[in-house]
Amino acid sequence: MVDFTPAKAAQLEQAKALVEAIQNGDDEQVNRLIQELGKVQESVLFQEICKLTRQLHDALTTFYLDERLARFTQNDIPNAKERLNYVITMTEQAANTTLNAVEYLLPVIQGMNNETTVLKEDWQRFRAREMSVDEFRELNQKIVQHFEDSGVRLQQIQERLTEVLMAQDFQDLTGQIIRRVITLVKDLETSMVDMIRLSNTPSQRHRDASVEHSSQGHGPAVPGLDTDTVSNQDDVDSLLSSLGF
Amino acid sequence: MKILIVDDFSTMRRIIKNLLRELGFNNTIEADDGQTAMPKLRTGGVDFLITDWNMPGMSGIELLRTIRADANLKGLPVLMVTAEAKREQIVEAAQAGVNGYVIKPFTAATLEEKINKIFERLENA
Repeated sequence: MVDFTPAKAAQLEQAKALVEAIQNGDDEQVNRLIQELGKVQESVLFQEICKLTRQLHDALTTFYLDERLARFTQNDIPNAKERLNYVITMTEQAANTTLNAVEYLLPVIQGMNNETTVLKEDWQRFRAREMSVDEFRELNQKIVQHFEDSGVRLQQIQERLTEVLMAQDFQDLTGQIIRRVITLVKDLETSMVDMIRLSNTPSQRHRDASVEHSSQGHGPAVPGLDTDTVSNQDDVDSLLSSLGF
Repeated sequence: MKILIVDDFSTMRRIIKNLLRELGFNNTIEADDGQTAMPKLRTGGVDFLITDWNMPGMSGIELLRTIRADANLKGLPVLMVTAEAKREQIVEAAQAGVNGYVIKPFTAATLEEKINKIFERLENA
């Protein structure tokens, strides 16, 4: 005697009942039993279709991810590198513009300051009646000249300060570029995580910060992101003084 | 007083150079990493070194170690001016024999204070 599974046993019972119904000429019962037997077949078929659909879906998702990763490696990452290089260029230009203006202006201001000091001393001598008429005539000319020069210099100062003001526009532009790159990095991360999940590789977080040798440095500390960093010069000073500095 | 400024970003070198000029140090030369700094140091005449840490080629910490291992240069005062902010790095620099450590971004007052402190200590030593 063959061992039947409960499902097969039920099928056998239904088959026996079907034979009996045919022999008895019970048409209604015959139709009902045939339909029931067919239903079992249908549900097996349905399960198979479900399985195939799932496989197809996974295959399509993987294909889509592959495409996304290909786009990342072929276009987006090189593109992001260029964008970031552009950020360096723009910030460098802004810094140079500002420094040029400062380097130009400092001697101008120093010159005005020196002249003012001299005139102030002369004027005090005049007020103390220590000045001859000839000296006063000379002072008068110097004052007129000083007013004229000051006008020109103040104009120069204003122009250079406007340049400095305008040079700060890099902040807006570089901020936008960096924000886009951050979005790209996030998208890439999502893609990688999906990829790892699909390939069923157990997700392992490699915490290998110590592998990166500190000789080349870690770059500027980003608040909230980098740990075990000092936050200001006071921290540095107290750490160094604890080391005997 | 001749000061060598080592930083891979030319803007930072300019900022330091201008701050030093305001402090009365007019004689400065520049290098963009440790490798280009070493020949300038070996030529002689440099009295003070200000260096960044993170640079391509030879980093600031490697430059510091090279200087301390060099018979002619080992006494040169070195001020590290860097964005590197890990505690272990500051300890590392101290152990390598740095004379001062200024963290970026810094102010003119901080730079002046640290330079003065180094000179005071050298005079008292």
